[in-house]
Amino acid sequence: MGRYVVRRLLQMIPVFIGSTLLIFLMMYVLPGDPVRALMGDQAFDPAVVANKRKELGLDLPLWQQYANYLGGLVQGDFGTEIVSERPVADIIADAFPVTIRLTLFAFAFIVLVGIGLGVVAGLRPNTLQDRGLLALTLVLISMPSFVLGFLMQYLFAFQWQITQPNVRDSENFGELLLPAIVLASLSLAYVARLTRTSMAENLRADYMRTAVAKGLPKRRVVGVHLMRNSLIPVVTFLGTDIGNLMTGAIVTEGIFNVKGVGNAVFEALIRREGATVVGIASLIVLVYLATSLLVDLLYAVLDPRIRYA
Amino acid sequence: MRGAKSAKWVAGAIVVALAATACGGGDGGDKEKAKGSAPAGYVSIDVGEPQKPLMPADTNESNGAYVIRSLFTQLLDFDAKGELVYTNAESVETEDSKSWTVKLKKGWKFHNGEEVTAKSYVDAWNWYANIKNNQQNSFWFSDIKGYADVHPEKGEPKADAMSGLKVVDDHTFTIELNERVPYFNYKLGYTTWAPMPKVFFDDPKAFGQKPVGNGPYEFEKWDHKKLIQVKAYADYQGPNKAQNKGLQFKNYSTVEAAYRDVVSGNLDIIRQVGPTDLPKYKSDLGAGAIEQPYAAIQTLVPAFYTKTFKDIDPKVLQGLSMAIDRDTITKTVLNNTRTPATSFTPPEVKGNQDLDTEVFTYNPEKAKKLIKDGGGVPGNKFSIQYNSDGGHKEWVTAVCESIRKATGIDCVGDAKPDFPTDLEARDNNQVKGMYRGGWVADYPVNVNFIKELYHSKAESNNGRFSDKEIDGLMAEGDKAESLEEAVAAYQNVEKKLLEKMPAIPLWYYRINGGHGEAVDNVSVDYHGDITLTEVTVK
Repeated sequence: MGRYVVRRLLQMIPVFIGSTLLIFLMMYVLPGDPVRALMGDQAFDPAVVANKRKELGLDLPLWQQYANYLGGLVQGDFGTEIVSERPVADIIADAFPVTIRLTLFAFAFIVLVGIGLGVVAGLRPNTLQDRGLLALTLVLISMPSFVLGFLMQYLFAFQWQITQPNVRDSENFGELLLPAIVLASLSLAYVARLTRTSMAENLRADYMRTAVAKGLPKRRVVGVHLMRNSLIPVVTFLGTDIGNLMTGAIVTEGIFNVKGVGNAVFEALIRREGATVVGIASLIVLVYLATSLLVDLLYAVLDPRIRYA
Repeated sequence: MRGAKSAKWVAGAIVVALAATACGGGDGGDKEKAKGSAPAGYVSIDVGEPQKPLMPADTNESNGAYVIRSLFTQLLDFDAKGELVYTNAESVETEDSKSWTVKLKKGWKFHNGEEVTAKSYVDAWNWYANIKNNQQNSFWFSDIKGYADVHPEKGEPKADAMSGLKVVDDHTFTIELNERVPYFNYKLGYTTWAPMPKVFFDDPKAFGQKPVGNGPYEFEKWDHKKLIQVKAYADYQGPNKAQNKGLQFKNYSTVEAAYRDVVSGNLDIIRQVGPTDLPKYKSDLGAGAIEQPYAAIQTLVPAFYTKTFKDIDPKVLQGLSMAIDRDTITKTVLNNTRTPATSFTPPEVKGNQDLDTEVFTYNPEKAKKLIKDGGGVPGNKFSIQYNSDGGHKEWVTAVCESIRKATGIDCVGDAKPDFPTDLEARDNNQVKGMYRGGWVADYPVNVNFIKELYHSKAESNNGRFSDKEIDGLMAEGDKAESLEEAVAAYQNVEKKLLEKMPAIPLWYYRINGGHGEAVDNVSVDYHGDITLTEVTVK
């Protein structure tokens, strides 16, 4: 188990380098010079632009720029944003906790409500409540998140005045409730459906019949025997979903004015802030890698037959 | 029992992760009380994150300029009509438009208690102009004698100071220019000319994050990408003393989000209402709705290096201009946010005149005739380049439609994904037909709209319009003895521009903003910016 984890961790290094290089190259081929763009429509002095580019090392060949970037990264330096002259690490430190909070909030919601609904429906397939769930999740799946976002905002903030329309403080859990629910809704529907199907299938499995025949209490039959086996596909989905939630938050962050990662990446991209885009994107890659490792480890918990050498 | 063991391990990891974030959450909850809404007596406005550190000579975008104007006061300013108002200066005088004498008002202090002296200005200007410091607006100082020494086109500067700046005594200094610039004092109103306290030169980088100015407001805090807060400076001596206790510049990711906050009372002022809310903002905000023109213009600029517009007869461009139905487009597509243009300069600047022409009036018959007389548009087709991240698509389409209908000439939009790409194409002479030009006044004189855009050597002349006669007329205007003469000379240039058509003026900008019920006395200056010092809290 320990060796497996170490091996997986070591594998992350080439993936991380590869992904930063790819993103770096993509930023490089985009037209538009960030230093020139800074000057805007109005008059400017080309000597200042040239000087700034030199100072930032933007006049070097691509490979040298990338080598410099990686060199800095090894020393824990994410580089400096061209326009604001702030360390990219600061920008990341501002944006990431907000998105992580929003994501975890949404994630908790997905796990509790999604699996809960799935269990309720899955235990009694083809009853009224099961059909109700299928209809509800169908609506959620087919509704784009910005439609849901605006709708919720309109209803809760303007019609009933229960909440504020915008998140004024991205660190306040109360204000994050609405955007988290909107963000969670799509995945919630998937999780509920996955759980429901998996449960309904496993209800007819041999081990279930055995467990019931042994005279085990129903709580144990459902809670341990049925749930544990039915959750494997759900956990797989949830693991990859954390990354999706983080990147998918961009629409929700826009609607509710949350100052998170989505916002930061979008702004950086528009301004051709290579270092910022690469920094944030690589961190998202790391989150994906970490969650997929976590998912793999959870398999062993749910099904002891899955072993790691 | 391997499974169980790893279960504990994983569960442990999850608990740690949750605890970490829960801690963070708790912190957030405490902070929220302090910054959830503005302190009593403060005015909040949707000014987003300044792009750069807060240094006057390094900022020319509107967010940063708003904050800098609240923190720094230059020698002089302009009133709503664009007339000079002396702020930090007692007087700025000249006899020959070449050597200028500045007298400062006494008793002015920076927010850290240091006195504002002639040296504060001279040292700052020398620093700004120096190429080593890479200040974006350094070329603003190029009129001053000795600029070439501190800002050579290539290589290291030869001197640390410009020879044209001399400190006479604590409150007097003189400026010697290379050549006559009759409107030089108008330039001094730009934010770039602010003075600096001594602490600035110790560590400019740190200063940019926590500036100490001499303006109506004192810096309080900068919560990056969230808000900037400044409080009224109690000892401020200028005519534009703050009528409120402080300001909060709040960053919103969209104008729609800011608008919702104004409607629900969480934000006091919005500078510009987004297109989706424009149809209803007057009924939503009532007396709080603001609609006012300001000194900015939108034009279509032909790229004179392209096959289409090389050696084009100006008559053709006049014809194209007459094929654009400005009245209808501004009313419908642009929701009344613009005023059709009638000249090359907006009405808010000194020297704007009635050109007495029909070139800016829609007349399909005449348009067709002019184009025919001028030999037509080569290929009978051209494109208009614009950046699609700025909300220009709709009107470009409408303008093209109008031209096509009136003249049969095919016109298409040439969209660039964002502003950097758009600018790059303009700089590198890669515009395929015309491009969308825009210009906001740096100072309210017609010279700013004519010389910076249509002089053959002007940086912003991206259409590469080049005409010896026009250049000559401008040179003559710059020789003028007084501002009035210069303005009159440039009025002549403008009349000549109508014959040469370096661009097709479309419309002047209007600000369509608004404010909530908690504030009063919200007015707009010639620049289209809210005069924040005058805003009062109810």
